[in-house]
Parts: sequence; structure tokens; C-alpha cells
Amino acid sequence: MNKIPNRQAICQVLMEKAKEDKDIVVLCSDSRGSASLAPFAERFPEQFVEVGIAEQNLVSISAGLARCGKKPFAASPACFLSTRSYEQAKVDCAYSNTNVTLIGISGGISYGALGMSHHSAQDIAAMSAIPNMRVYLPSDRFQTAKLIEALLQDESPAYIRVGRNPVEDIYAEGSCPFELDKATVLREGTDVAVIACGEMVKPSLEAARLLEADGIRAAVLDMYCVKPLDEEAILRVAGQVGFVVTAEEHAPFGGLGSRVSQVVAAKCPKKVVNLALPDAPVITGTSQEVFRHYGLDAEGIARAVKGNIQ
Amino acid sequence: MENLKALSYDLRKDAVDMIVEGKGGHIGGDMSVMDILVELYFEQMNISPENKEDADRDRFVLSKGHSVEALYAVLAAKGFFPISQVIQEFSKFGSKFIGHPNNKLPGIEMNSGSLGHGLPVSVGMALAGKMDKKDYRVYTVMGDGELAEGSVWEGAMAASQYKLDNLCAVVDRNRLQISGNTEDVMGQDIQEERWASFGWHVISVQDGNDYGQLGAAFEEAKATKGAPTAIIANTIKGYGSPVMENKANWHHKVPSPEEYAQIIADFGKKKEEALHE
Repeated sequence: MNKIPNRQAICQVLMEKAKEDKDIVVLCSDSRGSASLAPFAERFPEQFVEVGIAEQNLVSISAGLARCGKKPFAASPACFLSTRSYEQAKVDCAYSNTNVTLIGISGGISYGALGMSHHSAQDIAAMSAIPNMRVYLPSDRFQTAKLIEALLQDESPAYIRVGRNPVEDIYAEGSCPFELDKATVLREGTDVAVIACGEMVKPSLEAARLLEADGIRAAVLDMYCVKPLDEEAILRVAGQVGFVVTAEEHAPFGGLGSRVSQVVAAKCPKKVVNLALPDAPVITGTSQEVFRHYGLDAEGIARAVKGNIQ
Repeated sequence: MENLKALSYDLRKDAVDMIVEGKGGHIGGDMSVMDILVELYFEQMNISPENKEDADRDRFVLSKGHSVEALYAVLAAKGFFPISQVIQEFSKFGSKFIGHPNNKLPGIEMNSGSLGHGLPVSVGMALAGKMDKKDYRVYTVMGDGELAEGSVWEGAMAASQYKLDNLCAVVDRNRLQISGNTEDVMGQDIQEERWASFGWHVISVQDGNDYGQLGAAFEEAKATKGAPTAIIANTIKGYGSPVMENKANWHHKVPSPEEYAQIIADFGKKKEEALHE
């Protein structure tokens, strides 16, 4: 089992790149430990800015730095970053078109036992609704590293959500196919297409294996790029299957499921089943317990597929 | 030296013309802040259409973005775009000249409009200057009503923590906001103490529509080391014509033809006085 959380993969890439690129700046809001960015702060104190517990300040200061040629990466718990500083993300990053990468750490229900204040089940919907804001939920540490490397190559704002805990590897060192804004097809299938993002990719892949034993062939798509959505990939797999299932660690509205449903309804009409967290405060527990409770584990996803198959 | 006071009345007329032509605008605050902007752009800041992309240019963020008509008038006078185009297109369908600053236009660094953003953004700009060991200065202008936004104070805290002496924040203290007197809405009379307690060097300008006093304040700010400077500029909302002066209902208003005639006549008279001072 992999022990490296995606946040740590972000730190590793940034530390590697910051040696050569003095414009890379990391900002934290008393969150360097939880963001796994303390090593960066120690190694590159001149390229690290602590703003204290002030997420609005975090985002606005990042935008000001970006406007003066810096490449800021602002890391804060996703629950705060996507709501407390939402307007700063909208106006100072997206509207002003500044090269700010917002990193929402401990996203979704990573802080399972800490209550709704600490859950970010609205961030995909909120951030996706802002023009000029890109939204990424990488699935494992290798894809996370590739994503950060790719974002360092452009000058537009983006929001990334990663979870707190290590997630099992989907890809491997040296063999992580990656193209920015293109989904990765993990399995081809002809009965159902499961489209997932972030921590839901692994259980979706496992669900496909469980379904295979029952003779059901499931395609699995790693849609880490929720915005811009890879519509081409969706339409390609949707065209080959009987129905589509989406899986996400997010509220049932405005996230990956809503976005995929819009595309399928308009361009390739067929049934889309959205698996997500409920429209209610989430039950207390570890991530895995909570996922199991809401059918967002491999068994739950397989069950949903079987329950909807014609 | 150009007579900036006289120039300010021409630019006030430009702003009023935009508002009349565009059928709306924040006229009162435009008039109070105009002299601060003119002093900054014509005396203090190293910024022009020629150096607008230069890494060493001074930076300006209009945090009270609703006073964009005044900023457009000043930027046009600096040669960033023709004033005739602004007056003709302001707020019209498809216009680039929106009712708040937009950085798709030359000379505008950041989009604003929502209050309480300009200071934290300016902190980032000033921090970048320190990191790159550059000499440029960063200026932002806020309204006094705006100071009720909590994000202002997050920015204020960070500015002194990082000893940003290349940052100067100006408060356009015109004492009026949409709902009336600032002291009745959310008291701001202890501004000097507030900024000082946040670790800022504070300069109170008795007459924020006076170029001598404004110039002296900006020079003092430049000479201040180790801390950011806040200039509390006591201005008059609607400055330039008794039709508008100190009247809260002129926060956002289009003058009637009669009022317009009177306002323009008042500006002309004041300009003449300025030229003969």
C-alpha cells in the first residue's frame, strides 16, 4: 500500500522545480504541515509566504504576486479555500486572470470525523461555476505530480483538490499516461462506462474488476480534469455502452455527475447514474467508512451498476 | 509644472460626461478621489503607456473600484486611451469600459469592484517587489466605507508583518457612503489609531483635495522605512460643485440637464481660480 499522499507529491515536484525557478512561490494559511509543505518552507524560505489563518488574504496576496511575475501555489484546506476565499478566487484569480494555482488539501470528506465545517463537498460545483477557473481532482500521486508539472507550464488560474490520506496507486513510476485536460481511459468496456475523479477512481477500477467476474464489461475513465471536461472522451465511451455511471466525493449537485449528465444528455442521450455524497451533513467516520456507507466503495459502485443494468 | 488643480477640473468634467453618456456612475466618490489619483499619476508614480509592461513600474490598484470613471479620466489624460472613446463607450453594450476596473484595458493592473480586495492584492505586489529586490512602489486607494470589510485588515496585518515599506494605502475619507454618514453606518473616526495599531506608519492629510498636502504625504511615505504607510486623506464627496458636495444621494447618480449645466459651470469657475492662484 502506497504511503505517500498526493499532497506530498505536490511538495516533491515544487521542491524540485523551485531549485531552478525562483518565481515559484508557495503560500500557506497556517497550513504548511497539513499541506505537507513544511519541507518546502524550510528549504526555500525566500520562496515561501505564511499569511496566518486568513484564507482571503492567502488568495489575494497570491494574485498580487502572480501579477508581478511570480508563480504562486496557495495551499489551504479545501473546505476553507473554496468557500471562505471564493470571491477572491473569482475576482482576483479568475476574473483578473492571474497565474495562481489554488491547492485545496484534505478535500472532500478527508476530515471525516470533524463535521461539515471541515468537509468540502461543494468545491467542484463552486469553482467550476467561475469562468476562467480550471478544476482538477487527480487520482493518485503520479498523476498529481504530472498535473503540477503541466500547470507550471502555463499562466492561467487553476483549482486542484487532493485528499488528506495516501491513496492506492493507479499508475506507476514512469508509466503514468498524462495529457493536460484529457481523461485517462483505464479500462475499455461495452456494458457500462464508469467516469470518476479523485479518490473515486480507485474504487471504480476495483468495481470494474468485480463486475468482470459477473460478465459485465465496464469501461473506466479517470476524469481528473473536471473543468475543462474532456467531452470527447465521455462521448467516445458513452457511445459504446448501455449506460453511464459517475462517481465523485462531492455533493450530488454541480459536480462531475452534473457535468457528465449535461454532456451525455445533449450529445449522446442515455441513462446516467450519479453516485455522490448526499445532500445532507455527512455521517461521522473515516473516509473509507463514509465511502462504504454511501456506496462509494468498490462494492457499492458495482452494486449500482448491477442495479441499473438492463 | 502643470497646474494639477486646474487639470483636475477638466478630468472631473470627463468623469461627469462618462456618467451622463453611460447613464450611471459613482459620481460622488469620483469627485472626492480625483485629486489623489491626479497627484499619484502626474507627480508620484513611475507609470506611463510606454512603461506599462516594465517590471520596474510602480503599481496602482483602485480598491474602491466604483470610482473607475475618475481613473479612466486620469488614464486617458496620461495617454493610455482616448478620452473621446471612453465617454462614447462607457457602460454601453459590449464596451471594454466597464463600470469597474478591468485589466484587459491598458494601464489597469487588477480587476476590482468587490471591496476589500485591493489592499491584500497590493500586499502580494509589494512582496514580489521585495523578493525581486526591486525599487518599485505599490499604491492602493480605498474608500472609507470599504474599511468595514474584514479582508482589509487581513491585508493590513500581513503588510506590517512583512515590513512592506514599498506599500502605501490611501483612504479616501469622504465620510459618506450609500446609506449616509459613515459614522452612523459603521464608525471610522478612529482610523489613525486602527492603522497604527496594525503596525502602519499613519499620515493624516487634513485636506485630501489639496495637492501640497497630498504631495507632502506621499513624500513622507516614500521616506518611511520598515513599515507600510497609510494616508488618511480627508476629502469632500462630490468635490468641485455645491450641487453634489457632501450629499450622500450623489453616491451613484446621473445629474439632470440643469444640474449638469451648474456642475460644469462650477468646474469652469474653480479651474479659473486654480489657474490664477
